[in-house]
Amino acid sequence: MNANSNVRSGNPLTALRRTVGGYTDGVRDWWATAPGWARWTVYALLIALAIVAPSDAIGSFMSPHSHWASLLFSPIGTYVLLAVGLNVVVGQAGLLDLGFVAFYAIGAYTMAIFGTKYGWTFWPVLVVGIFMTAVSGIILGSPTLRLRGDYLAIVTLGFGEIVRITAQNTEYIGGSRGITNIPHPEPIFGVEFFLDPLPYYYLLLAAIILVVVFAKRLERSRVGRAWEAIREDEDAAELMGVPTFKFKLLAFFIGAMIGGLTGVIWASKVIAIQPPNFPFILSATILAAVVLGGSGNLPGVMIGAFLIAWLPERFRGFADYRILIFGAALVLMMALRPEGLLPPRRRRAVASAGGTKPETSAASGDEAGGDRPAEEVAK
Amino acid sequence: MLNDFINQVGPSTVGGLASGAIYALIALGYTMVYGVLRLINFAHSEIFMIGSFAALFVINLMGITGPLSGIALVGTMLLLLLASMAASGGAAVVLERVAYRPLRRRGASRLAALISAIGASIFLQELFALVIIPEVFDRPSQGRNQVPVPRLFDRETVFSIGNTDIRNDHLFIIVAAVAMMILLDVFVNRTKIGRGIRATSQDPETAVLMGVNIDSIIRTTFFVGGAMAGVAALLYAMEFENLRFNVGFLLGVKAFTAAVLGGIGNLRGALLGGLMLGLIENWGSIFFGSEWKDVIAFTVLVLVLLFRPTGILGESLQRARA
Repeated sequence: MNANSNVRSGNPLTALRRTVGGYTDGVRDWWATAPGWARWTVYALLIALAIVAPSDAIGSFMSPHSHWASLLFSPIGTYVLLAVGLNVVVGQAGLLDLGFVAFYAIGAYTMAIFGTKYGWTFWPVLVVGIFMTAVSGIILGSPTLRLRGDYLAIVTLGFGEIVRITAQNTEYIGGSRGITNIPHPEPIFGVEFFLDPLPYYYLLLAAIILVVVFAKRLERSRVGRAWEAIREDEDAAELMGVPTFKFKLLAFFIGAMIGGLTGVIWASKVIAIQPPNFPFILSATILAAVVLGGSGNLPGVMIGAFLIAWLPERFRGFADYRILIFGAALVLMMALRPEGLLPPRRRRAVASAGGTKPETSAASGDEAGGDRPAEEVAK
Repeated sequence: MLNDFINQVGPSTVGGLASGAIYALIALGYTMVYGVLRLINFAHSEIFMIGSFAALFVINLMGITGPLSGIALVGTMLLLLLASMAASGGAAVVLERVAYRPLRRRGASRLAALISAIGASIFLQELFALVIIPEVFDRPSQGRNQVPVPRLFDRETVFSIGNTDIRNDHLFIIVAAVAMMILLDVFVNRTKIGRGIRATSQDPETAVLMGVNIDSIIRTTFFVGGAMAGVAALLYAMEFENLRFNVGFLLGVKAFTAAVLGGIGNLRGALLGGLMLGLIENWGSIFFGSEWKDVIAFTVLVLVLLFRPTGILGESLQRARA
């Protein structure tokens, strides 16, 4: 059944896929061998770009229909941070989580409850919120992480719904009306947090940079290698002495903390939150961002989240049709490049190892992917 | 509290079995596709939605506005059943062709297939909300509102057990669902195509070597699973008399829960899981109130999986697997 996949290379979609793949893979081959100073320059440039991003000059192109700085905070910034968090769970440890929005909701509700009912300020709640979501990650993880694959997926989906419906049915936290008058953060370094989105954007940017550095260090550590082993073959990892359950729980724990952090920051800006802010479709969208960008590769995941948050806003001119187009685009993207825009290098090498040479060009890597027998789909 | 329970246990058992039968019919689609492709067909809920609107389309086409009876009712029901089964089954085949087969050919990961399915699901929901409901069902700018379905037959009590009245609509749902299940069970276990489906789910490579045309088997599986969702869609439209563009979402999640509960990939498990889920939800609502229904369902799922990680009847890879 796969024998004819190479014959289909005359297909225009295939040609487009190879062109796009060729460029991104070329850039990444350069990046892998780039000297340290070049990398630091790129990092510095990227951070500088993020700092000047809210300017009107950029905004007038990026977002002609709505306020650009607000968009940069939410959805763009929040999606990026959520995607980095979900990437730890899905991309690195290979655990399919369909209820990630639950942790975001718990973080946001922690901010709302402590802020309105107990009069706490933002900074202590930030710590408490991260702690609460980390605990909820363990509560969800410890009974369910013994399940595998699709069973885990449906249980996490259920958890996301349980959190949302519980918030909806509990009068103490406002029921379906939600919570209003959530306090803004206290001024820090002389910066006031009020209605202007800019300070929140920089706060979120700082959080993103810290979390990305943290996640990258983690990926390169013993923990990251353990996750990779679990992702590729859980049984083999267990046999090699990796305590798989402990590391899977750790992935949930860290992913949950990042989700909670996003929720706390987001709630402190929006003043009012309601249960419908945390629907399943948000979990699905963040997961789409992770897979679209290249599950397991941080830059890819961040680009994926940016595109998924930004494109529907950019094309607000199409009014309602943007969600429809979003759905169709997901199907098309997966058909064109199922491994994502920027898949992790190491996995690409594994994929092309089925071909002739381990470090071949992108095109032969793709062909090797197409030649794999059907049941590898299942892995 | 206990008195409440004793008073309500009869009616909620009947209601639970009826909604459980609908869950079970939808669960069959998930479980069959999972059996052959090891894939959660996330857009199956939209296959259900398409079937329910197809039934409504035919109702409108025939100009039915009030309850029917006698031979007209039987004829209409059969026609509606055909329409919703054909629409859902056809949509499932198209979905497989567009959203899954290109990925399968390229050996993409299951995660990619899941995202493709979620994309298709979003697309179909929006297509109905933006185009089909406003245009075809003549509800301009109300694509996201509920669409009422006219009542097809008068609801009356057929017989009573103790203080529990058994209504004809509930009875119809349960009988229709169980009959469909038996038909499907025979189809999978006794026919040649059914043997192909079982062979593919056990070992696709060997099945190919034995001369099974996998592409055709997968297409058939999608069609049959979709047609079952079509039956469920007609029963749902008849019972609840309100449709929406996202009517499939919660039902789909519940049905997948039912499939997992019974043991995914296992046809009889889907029936058992569906009925159990319906019963537990409705019994639980007596104690906790109906707003906690969904929480109860998911909590039961977590508890069952803790003790039986492959569902109640197990995946039963070798035997009953579809």
